Amino acid sequence: MSEIPIAPLVWAIPGLPLIGFVLNMLWGGRIVRLFGDARGRGIVGGLATLTVFGAFAVSVVALSQLLGLDPEHRRALASLIPFAERVPWIVIGSVSVHFSALIDPLSVLMCLIVTGVGGLIHLYATGYMADDRDYPRFFAYFNLFIFAMLVLCLGESLLLMFVGWEGVGLCSYLLISFWYDDEGNARAGNKAFIVNRIGDVGFMLGMLTVLAAFGTLSFRTEAGTGVLDLAAQGRTAAGPLTVGLASLICGLLFVGACGKSAQFPLHVWLPDAMAGPTPVSALIHAATMVTAGVVMVSRMSVLFVQAPTVLLVVAAIGLFTALFAATIALTQTDIKKVLAYSTVSQLGFMFLGCGAAAFGAAMFHVTTHAFFKALLFLGAGSVIHGLSGEQDMRRMGGLRRHMKVTYWTMLIGWAAISGFPGLAGYWSKDAILGLSSGMVPAGMVFYLVGTFTAFLTGFYMTRLMAKTFWSESRTDRHGHDPHESPPSMLIPLIVLAILSVVGGWLGTPWANAFERFLEPSLPEVVVAEGHGGIPHGLGLVIGALVAIAAMATGVLAYRRAPGCELLSDAAKRSNPLYRGANALWGVDGAATAVFVRGGGRVAELISTWIDRRLIDGLVNAVAVVTGFASEIARGVQTGYVRFYVKTMLAGVLAILAYALLSAGAR
Amino acid sequence: MSFAVPTEHYLLLSGLLFCVGVAGVATKRNPIVVFMCIEIMLNAANLGFVALGRHYGEAGGQIITMLIIAVAAGEVAIGLAIIVSLFRTRETINLDEVNLLKL
Amino acid sequence: MRPGVLMFWALALPLVVSAVMVVASRNPMRSALYLVAHMLLIAAMFLSLSAQYVAAVQVIVYAGAIMVLFLFVIMLLNLSGKGVLERGAGWLFGMAMSAGLAALMVGAGVWRHGLHAGKATAKSLSAGGTAQSIGFTLFDPELPWLFPFEVASVLLLTAVVGAVVLAKRKL
Repeated sequence: MSEIPIAPLVWAIPGLPLIGFVLNMLWGGRIVRLFGDARGRGIVGGLATLTVFGAFAVSVVALSQLLGLDPEHRRALASLIPFAERVPWIVIGSVSVHFSALIDPLSVLMCLIVTGVGGLIHLYATGYMADDRDYPRFFAYFNLFIFAMLVLCLGESLLLMFVGWEGVGLCSYLLISFWYDDEGNARAGNKAFIVNRIGDVGFMLGMLTVLAAFGTLSFRTEAGTGVLDLAAQGRTAAGPLTVGLASLICGLLFVGACGKSAQFPLHVWLPDAMAGPTPVSALIHAATMVTAGVVMVSRMSVLFVQAPTVLLVVAAIGLFTALFAATIALTQTDIKKVLAYSTVSQLGFMFLGCGAAAFGAAMFHVTTHAFFKALLFLGAGSVIHGLSGEQDMRRMGGLRRHMKVTYWTMLIGWAAISGFPGLAGYWSKDAILGLSSGMVPAGMVFYLVGTFTAFLTGFYMTRLMAKTFWSESRTDRHGHDPHESPPSMLIPLIVLAILSVVGGWLGTPWANAFERFLEPSLPEVVVAEGHGGIPHGLGLVIGALVAIAAMATGVLAYRRAPGCELLSDAAKRSNPLYRGANALWGVDGAATAVFVRGGGRVAELISTWIDRRLIDGLVNAVAVVTGFASEIARGVQTGYVRFYVKTMLAGVLAILAYALLSAGAR
Repeated sequence: MSFAVPTEHYLLLSGLLFCVGVAGVATKRNPIVVFMCIEIMLNAANLGFVALGRHYGEAGGQIITMLIIAVAAGEVAIGLAIIVSLFRTRETINLDEVNLLKL
Repeated sequence: MRPGVLMFWALALPLVVSAVMVVASRNPMRSALYLVAHMLLIAAMFLSLSAQYVAAVQVIVYAGAIMVLFLFVIMLLNLSGKGVLERGAGWLFGMAMSAGLAALMVGAGVWRHGLHAGKATAKSLSAGGTAQSIGFTLFDPELPWLFPFEVASVLLLTAVVGAVVLAKRKL
């Protein structure tokens, strides 16, 4: 542990957005009324955006100070409550939980992503939401979300992380059903919340197991008694850390990560979450919140590397989710749904990286994905905005002429996510795939399936670009021309586009500054290069070829396709693969049938037999017996004062007699 | 000082008076007299307080007595007001005919 | 027997008799008059305990104010012939229990301690009952009596308001 000069100010990182939330929640509506609509909205949105950029500035200072330290000492504890050093929040026996932050490369990196990308999306939202009725409420929720996410990233204990974890879940619910007068939105919000709860149960059980095993929830302490400190030495509070215990903890925590990061089979909420406003999709469901699972797994990576079986499961689920979601993304027609499944797929890549013990690569992909996915979502939002709310790609097309800035930035996003050589996605995806090829067992299987998924990624993104920007326009029926978005929406697009290009250069295989920076937060994993895995150079060449092939195939296929449809309607109906993917491979339907309807049936049975017959029966029986007894006892209540006096007197006599007799007996 | 009477005698007297008051409360049907008997009981208690106050050399016994007298005065004022309004509504105040305590 | 004790019982006997007569009289008017006698005798008892101030208060408040109130209500309601002059129902039971209480309290006290067990100590006489000493005690901030005193004043105020509310036909 060490001290960084910024430590007394670290509270400002989550604190500023919290202040923004409180101000906008309490007085946002009043400000709009007081200053007039246009200026009031400017103040509300500006306040929300500035608090986030303020937090970004503090994070940058923290980063620079952290970089000034020895790599070994890049760890600091700081209080999250101003002017109070490590105030205890919960103290039970020997367990104490503090409102403190753990400042280390991982948390600072996440702070930078959350506040940086988050701030850009705030700026974008001031334009996108400009005409919304509930403008102040939107920004209040947005700031609350940033606050919760920063608590999640900074918290020095699992419990504090869980607070943020639940907080982002809540904000996700609030923002998905932001336009709550539409019942579909409210349902989508409920779905997200409930599916997340399933994961949360896993997180909670994992947390309790950690508490039982390690006797603490803190990640690291000055005395070196934190969970990660102990786990790194291969021991628990009492005795050595067995593989079984590590597997149990990691397995439970991974269930939590699956829920938050939308991994199969808990991915079902994420595509539905697109019901929220597009900036929400960009901020929560692409750039930040969904990466919480990856962050948590990376944070607990010291434990995860001691549970090889769980790592294999993580990698397998990640890979399966990536492939599975990519196939669905091929068939979706809603522009936001395509991006949503693409997000699920990219999250699968991140977990594949985690499973390959390549946590640094996974976090690198988190970072680059935050750039280009936010860019793509914001671009999609700009398109939707320009088309006055149209989301169906079948009624778009030809937009490259109308929305030049959006088109060019989207083009960069497309190249970045497809893995075009040199751009952000290329470096991070290939780092993950290259490292997964070295996995024991079956590294090559992971590599080949992952590469195929990368090909699919390039193809469905090309499909999106073709349907939206390139093909001939199918928008005429709207009556008016699509229009380009205002500057407040375009500036974030441009900044994110630049980041999507240069963001990957931090982590090239030759000079991997990114992973060296993260090293103090992550366990030392001996990655045996060339040990069954494919060499770096070859991996890079293959990755580049696959990406270019995917993009070229897509471009060529869609250039010739009539009406920008590869398959005719009849072919779509007869092709089982298309039908399966378009029906989301039946997962949603099965989940509805089993959990929603089955759960309803079980609840009905319980309601009839246990609740109404058994419990109500018992309660009613008690009531009947009591009523009968009172019927007898009510004869005592005569209402005559003197009867009461005499009764009391008899009681006094009895007590006195007893007291005297017992005293006499002594 | 041979005139000093032992405290036990006062307490004995106090107890006796208290029981006389209790007997009145338990037997009379005129609420005014019941009130008088309650006053007798209060006085008996007062006597006990003052006697014990003297016994322990505490002035508190007398002060409590004064507070009790104040409470008794208030109680009589309220009680008699209740009796008056009872008489107005019921045309009787016979305790054996009044069972307002039963809802 | 010491002369003090003789004098005490000479005073105590009429005290008990007056109390019994309050209970025994059929006519509430008589009860009230016996009660006046009872109050005055209690005041005398206070004097014998050298509680002069309390004795004076007893005479003024009880024998004066409270008794006037009683007599006033008795005459206002003029209750004869309203069935309240007879003994109440179950009077024998009430009597028996009161007697039992008396027997228990008095009997047990005498049986366990006798009448001379405790000595009236010299200290006992130091606690004088003059208005001055009562006042000093009452308003001594070291002692806990000031607050109950204030509460009592609030209580009396409440009683005043309550009596008005209850007794008036219309406010």
